[in-house]
Amino acid sequence: MYVYDSIDQRVVDERVAQFRDQTARHLAGRLSEDDFRPLRLQNGLYIQRHAPMLRVAIPYGMLNSAQLRKLAFIARVYDRGYGHFSTRQNIQFNWPELARVPDILAELASVQMHAIQTSGNCIRNITSDHFAGIAPDEIVNPLTWAEILRQWSTLHPEFAFLPRKFKIAINGATADRAAIQVHDIGLQAVQADDGAIGFKVLVGGGLGRTPIIGQVLREYLPWQHLLSYLDAILRVYNRFGRRDNLYRSRIKIQLKEQGLERFLAEVEQEWSWSKDGPNTLTEAEVQRVASRFTQPAYRNLPASCEALQVQLVQDRSFAAWHRRNVHPHRVPGYAAVTLSLKMTGVPPGDATAEQMDAIAGLAERYSFGEARVTHEQNIVLADVEQAALHELWQEARGLGLATPNIGLLTNIIACPGGDFCSLANARSIPVAEDIQRRFDDLDYLFDIGELDLNISGCMNSCGHHHVGHIGILGVDKHGSEFYQVSIGGAQGEQASLGKVIGPSFGAQDVGAAVERLIACYLEHRDSDAERFIDTVRRLGIEPFKEYVYGKSHSSRTHRERQLASA
Amino acid sequence: MANLIRRGRIESGNWPRLDADGLTALATQKQGERDSPAGVLIPFELWRSKHDLCATLGTEVGVLIGDDDDLTEVAAHLPHAGLIAVHFPRFTNGCGYSIARLLRGRYGYQGELRAVGDIMRDQLFYLGRVGFDAFELRDDQDCEHALNAFSDFTHPYQASSDEPVPLFRRRVG
Repeated sequence: MYVYDSIDQRVVDERVAQFRDQTARHLAGRLSEDDFRPLRLQNGLYIQRHAPMLRVAIPYGMLNSAQLRKLAFIARVYDRGYGHFSTRQNIQFNWPELARVPDILAELASVQMHAIQTSGNCIRNITSDHFAGIAPDEIVNPLTWAEILRQWSTLHPEFAFLPRKFKIAINGATADRAAIQVHDIGLQAVQADDGAIGFKVLVGGGLGRTPIIGQVLREYLPWQHLLSYLDAILRVYNRFGRRDNLYRSRIKIQLKEQGLERFLAEVEQEWSWSKDGPNTLTEAEVQRVASRFTQPAYRNLPASCEALQVQLVQDRSFAAWHRRNVHPHRVPGYAAVTLSLKMTGVPPGDATAEQMDAIAGLAERYSFGEARVTHEQNIVLADVEQAALHELWQEARGLGLATPNIGLLTNIIACPGGDFCSLANARSIPVAEDIQRRFDDLDYLFDIGELDLNISGCMNSCGHHHVGHIGILGVDKHGSEFYQVSIGGAQGEQASLGKVIGPSFGAQDVGAAVERLIACYLEHRDSDAERFIDTVRRLGIEPFKEYVYGKSHSSRTHRERQLASA
Repeated sequence: MANLIRRGRIESGNWPRLDADGLTALATQKQGERDSPAGVLIPFELWRSKHDLCATLGTEVGVLIGDDDDLTEVAAHLPHAGLIAVHFPRFTNGCGYSIARLLRGRYGYQGELRAVGDIMRDQLFYLGRVGFDAFELRDDQDCEHALNAFSDFTHPYQASSDEPVPLFRRRVG
């Protein structure tokens, strides 16, 4: 966890004062809604379906117990007792009162938090691997770099009014847990043969209306040039990205229209004058930032814990949870634990104030007082002693945070959808719940194996449906909610975009369609080891399409035709 | 109406933008008959093609540039420009921030750089940082109040035109 110095603190304090002034002018009628909107968005404040929505930044997902308790306090005092963790490692409050938002920001600033640039056409919250610093497959710890990027992007004077929002993710492990291929800029930290750290730079990825996988702009950028090179990319985008059409204004469209070669030439040309200038990072700065991170005081432990082995044999439920929700750690004797926010009946990613307080306590007792938010909308306790896992599991179970479904079908990623969001075409939460209920049987769920199911309530794709093994997208048809189903999407280093299987379904039929997809998979998989996504890749979407739309289920054909014509 | 901030001070008077006809009209008015404005803004392409004529106006001339002007062309003519104005069609269009940064940082422009168009108090801190030193505010803006905007933040992180050395090179501890 990065600890602010007095300068970092002053930045967030002054931001609160600035927004307090803007809000006061707006409420006094001296700042029109049109003028206020872009300003409030840059402080994470939307006007939603029912009330304002405030999105608070959790930089690269890191939280400490004091911050979690503050979030719980805000949920209780300023909201309706809960918050929603989003797919970009932020938390959203759905019911704050506009006039009190400056007070909420002041509360956040008191624990070194803010809502700066969590919305608006600017550089958004920097996201990273939720196992950063502890993953056994890590090449470079991305946390220091993520914090350097946070500071660089915070109140960047040149890039506050870009053509469109701009998302940057950084990953430092072999496995890509930061979805870098679907960000405007994705950075993969790498180590050259001589040990020097650098970054592979991807650009132009993104989901939304036009999903595109990012392209490699540079295979290896030495770390010293990180900021000047990003400045150059952003400057080329800020000058030449399209502003005439909202749907063509992301950098991915600029890249597509110009082609990689021309875009690269422009970036290189732009970089040529600023390269090696004062923005060149220094060893001293990297050390300074690194040294402001708290370091867990790990104990010397054996790699394997005997007590744990016994518990795993004796307690089947614990073993199931351990299999799904416990992850390897680079330090012997430790493990990372995912607390699932995906219990059936609870909107995916939601946590109550009581749960946040309780997680703060768990973090203190089991994980050096720190927790992380994942882009799959769960909470990770990253540094748990293996000997304490059973006890932690029992506590988490009592809090409704131990659903053993990480990586499985019911660990659904979902946006808040039409229940809350004014952009949505359709609701996400009831669909997620219906699907979770259909797959509530643990043995069945485990038998299906690894499967990402993602739901977005509209084309803006906050629920990342394009990269779900099964993706569900809410669409509006003549004023009714319908859902388009795609399969074959994937996140990570083998990222791919799903293909739509056919005509969309009414809300009451989506769950059944998912059941048929799963039945088709179970029938066709070549072994238990072949995951749903592998089967789709091997066979293509045709067998699934036929299975769902009825050629092999003639009794359903008539109904499917009705649905298809809806 | 006073809506111009130049180098930290409030001045009165709009500088009208002239098109080709307006330029001809002003140039053909006789000396003494002129109801001369404090200055005029002339779009870059027009200014370039009518540079000699612009020099005879007997009033200050600002070169007005927009998002679509080719900055390398502008840069080639910088030595002749006493004042450059960058037009912001809407305050949410931030192209002008990069234009300013390039004019100052890459092309070494040291004359007055004025932000015009949809300019309000809440942009001034960033505009000042990227290199603007004059601001023609929208009519509804309170200039006195707007002056406070320049001190919204004490220690910004980034290098920019106002402070070419980023905070990390000046930071201790």
